[in-house]
Amino acid sequence: MTSLSTLATATTVGNPKLNIGIFLAFVVFTLAIVIRVASGKKTAEQYYTSAGAFSGRQNGIAIAGDYLSAASFLGIAGAIALTGLDGFLYSIGFLVAWLVALLLVAELMRNTGRFTMADVLSYRLRQRPVRIATAVSVMCVSLFYLLAQMAGAGGLVSLLLGVSGDTAQNIVIAIVGTVMVTYVLVGGMKGTTWVQIIKAILLIAGAFVMTVWVLGKYGFSLSGLFQGAVDTTSGSSVEKTSKAAEKLTTYGMKYGKDTTTKIDFISLSLALVLGTAGLPHVLQRFYTVPTSKQARKSVEWAIWLIGGFYLLTLVIGFGAAALVGPDRINAAPGKANAAAPLLAYELGGSTLLGIISGIAFATILAVVAGLTIAASATFAHDIYKEVIKNGQATGEQEVKVARIASMVIAVVAILGGMLAKSQNIAFLVALAFAVAASANLPTILYSLFWKGFNTRGALWSIYGGLISSIGLIIFSPVVSGKPGVPTKLADGTMANLSPSMITNPNIDFHWFPLDNPGLVSIPIGFLLGYVGSKLSKEFDAAKYAEMEVRSLTGHGVAEAIDH
Amino acid sequence: MSTKPTATSEAYVAVQQSPEFQSLRRKFRGFVFPATAFFLAWYFLYVLLSIFAPGFMNKHVAGNVSVGLIFGFLQFVTTFAITFMYARWANREFDPAAEALGDHLDGSAK
Repeated sequence: MTSLSTLATATTVGNPKLNIGIFLAFVVFTLAIVIRVASGKKTAEQYYTSAGAFSGRQNGIAIAGDYLSAASFLGIAGAIALTGLDGFLYSIGFLVAWLVALLLVAELMRNTGRFTMADVLSYRLRQRPVRIATAVSVMCVSLFYLLAQMAGAGGLVSLLLGVSGDTAQNIVIAIVGTVMVTYVLVGGMKGTTWVQIIKAILLIAGAFVMTVWVLGKYGFSLSGLFQGAVDTTSGSSVEKTSKAAEKLTTYGMKYGKDTTTKIDFISLSLALVLGTAGLPHVLQRFYTVPTSKQARKSVEWAIWLIGGFYLLTLVIGFGAAALVGPDRINAAPGKANAAAPLLAYELGGSTLLGIISGIAFATILAVVAGLTIAASATFAHDIYKEVIKNGQATGEQEVKVARIASMVIAVVAILGGMLAKSQNIAFLVALAFAVAASANLPTILYSLFWKGFNTRGALWSIYGGLISSIGLIIFSPVVSGKPGVPTKLADGTMANLSPSMITNPNIDFHWFPLDNPGLVSIPIGFLLGYVGSKLSKEFDAAKYAEMEVRSLTGHGVAEAIDH
Repeated sequence: MSTKPTATSEAYVAVQQSPEFQSLRRKFRGFVFPATAFFLAWYFLYVLLSIFAPGFMNKHVAGNVSVGLIFGFLQFVTTFAITFMYARWANREFDPAAEALGDHLDGSAK
């Protein structure tokens, strides 16, 4: 046990050279695949959606790859390790959310759209304003999600490469951004999808090995594992943590404190379950298959894989609590996000740590690439082609604009990731979900299911949902005003830092009490969509008929693919 | 729109108003709306219980396994079950009806 005490103070675990080697191997391997399957000139459709080249099963695995981001793996494992079953809520919300996509969104979207989310939303409405609004919202959601992934990358790589301190972490984030944009530029949607497929298989396999390993240590008894987690946690040197150890196996450790945290829990739950079907990079995936039947099959596969994976993360989270313990998790760079890599090290030493982290790193790269494609597609297709050029741009021009947009997005993601690097990434992703559920989902559902929906309703709903969700986040404790806690800095000195994004505890401009805005902003999005539509008389009966018939029968989809 | 229209808008309106399409839509909504209502209600029951009924949810039933954890697992079970049932229903009942109507539309457009 002597090695444990030295580890608690060191910021590096494992063998940095081995870790760098495994990282490089992953990057080279995946890049080689991208070049092999997808280099060369592309039409706009190939660049954004691979022109429907994938089967339902392939796409389902890729969706799982997209969805089982660093947030799902590192963030949820960390949340479970530190807060027990409260962290499990993330898994359940993230999974149940897929039913919204399966039942209400995936097939109908596939039948009515071709390139981007805005294709569907502007189908029977006035093109220009709706495309602009949708593009703005898509880019905001994607950026939030990007921040989370980049923050995860910074923490993870710092942990592994033994780099600590601000500058070094920032350099790591910059490198991740650069590699990611290379994937996107070279491979487009097809290359990125293959990276997702490979990565999803590796990630699930890696998590499976860890799960069996952990359970084996506790005689394959879940209850025994839980007891181990409680025992280790109650031995924590932080009194508050050790006293709460019993609560790991029940709900309420994090969210049961008072009425505000309870309402925050409900708000989070709502955002999780309604957010998925509004995430642009998930919706974009429904276009990589040729038909609605394949879209359905994609979601089926995704649900099986994602559900299975989340069951594994429960064991991994508790395993990290039992075998690593909260003190070492909190002392590591990246804090909660480091729980799974630390557990890998505890189980299989440097080698397993290197492999698991390599997979997690590949995960981040692939997810970031998928997000970048969705965001750049909406910019090039909806803003540049349909709005600026009035639909007159050639495919070549469109792809060129998309490539430039990808590079700009990469720069923004790098800068944002540097700012957000100490936040729990599951939690940052939850904010992205709240924005998606408030600004995107109401318009998607209304335009697919409600005859009376029109342009004014769409604009009110998108902008209203967007402004209210982001506005409430800015004035929430996430950004400023959480009470300061004594924190050890990288150079070893102590400082009183706030866990908010602005770490100076003296800066406090929050007035909204909840961390997650969903409970307020999602109803606002739905309500404004309803009221706006009622206040406008616009209605295009022919377009409505066309959209509804197509959405249910799939008519016109095959023809659109062929040419 | 960049997609080529393959049937005239009159044809779409005619199909939309046909009894066959109306029944197709009723069939679709008749499955997905109740299923959605069910899983959302069931999910929020779990969320609300876990936060407002800690006495019930936090009772340990087998070692360290609490009622709440079992509820959590049941969420997985119902999600898998709904996925399975929907896919089976869609493949067997919905797709043939939707395809028949799509073919009909192709026929009338020619």
